Amino acid sequence: MLIAQVALRQDRDAFKSLFQYFGPRVKSVMLRAGADHEFAEDLVQEVMMTVWRKARLYAPERGPVSTWIYTIARNARIDRLRRASSQPYLDLDEIELASGMADGEDRAFASQRAEHVARALDELPDEQRRIIEYAYVHDMAQSEIAAKLELPLGTVKSRMRLAYTKLKGKLEVLK
Amino acid sequence: MTILHHLDQTTLLRYASGDLDEAFSVVVAAHLAMCDECRRELRIAEDIGGRLLEESEMATVSDGAFSRIMCRIDEAEASGETILAAPPIALRGGKQDVPSTLQRYIGTRLADISWKTVAPGVRRHKIALSTPTRSALYMLKIEPGKAVPEHGHGGTEMTLILSGAYRDALGRFGPGDLADLDEHVEHQPRVEPGEPCVCLVATEAPTRFKGIFSRLLQPLVGI
Ligand SMILES: [Zn+2]
Ligand SMILES: [Zn+2]
Repeated sequence: MLIAQVALRQDRDAFKSLFQYFGPRVKSVMLRAGADHEFAEDLVQEVMMTVWRKARLYAPERGPVSTWIYTIARNARIDRLRRASSQPYLDLDEIELASGMADGEDRAFASQRAEHVARALDELPDEQRRIIEYAYVHDMAQSEIAAKLELPLGTVKSRMRLAYTKLKGKLEVLK
Repeated sequence: MTILHHLDQTTLLRYASGDLDEAFSVVVAAHLAMCDECRRELRIAEDIGGRLLEESEMATVSDGAFSRIMCRIDEAEASGETILAAPPIALRGGKQDVPSTLQRYIGTRLADISWKTVAPGVRRHKIALSTPTRSALYMLKIEPGKAVPEHGHGGTEMTLILSGAYRDALGRFGPGDLADLDEHVEHQPRVEPGEPCVCLVATEAPTRFKGIFSRLLQPLVGI
């Protein structure tokens, strides 16, 4: 696994492969969240630098590498694009790592879970999937999504709930 | 600790996608620190982000981007500083009743908080945030048996119980329970007899109060 090679030996070739895969994707997400090209490049640097620095802290039992890098990108977006604070997220991560809270979960379960989430996302009706993408990829607030789609806020919320309930339904088989 | 009241699903998705301001993410993270169930839910909600990142189209990254990052790493290492993150140290033991994610905001013990009386039987402690938000974050300590006047909310209100308990039309809220209320909910919490109820509250926008008790409650939320 690439991330393990970065974690164990600071392997630069492995890191380059990660960069080539995730860098352009992180940039695309930042562009859609409203960053201009230069800013999006900066954010890619920042996110990938964090990946290098924290590779040893990546815990496979909590989820796949893509989820981990997504959370790093989300935190950068909160701090830099929204000018808010990702501190509560970082603190929660730390205590989870320090206390071994995720120990009960196993790796096989985490990767199966991610596969089911992927498949369930593919099967979502367009109107639900679009709302999820606006929230996660375009970094839009619920009220902004409602305005953009000309829907009442309550409808946006109930579509989010529907989408999430459907995702969770697909995971029932894993329990 | 049996937790009966959890994060609303849309709140979970907002937290996972980064749509809460600092006041609300502090309350949500504190509940997550206390609640295994919601942490499992959060992993699912974050997997959505991971999957969408993988599916995302690829933007063109400038040619020198990778060598630029390696230069920064080399420079840092040459200067002798270690840039690799250290594994977090295990939690301190000892007497602490504040969820760890909250400790940087209010310290480790509820007993050390300095309160200010804002109404008979109601004390408040405002929490300073590191970033400006339209929302307010504060602690409340309400004496046993005391009822808060019936009120609606001008926006979302989240209350996390840290000790003691109260009841309202939605049920009993004890330690770890989160009341995740949107603007449509009206309620009249009454603290159970026995011990005071200490809770962490984030409010989004000016809260609207009904009736003559409003004067009592206005100073409570500080708006
Ligand atoms: Zn919960
Ligand atoms: Zn209320």
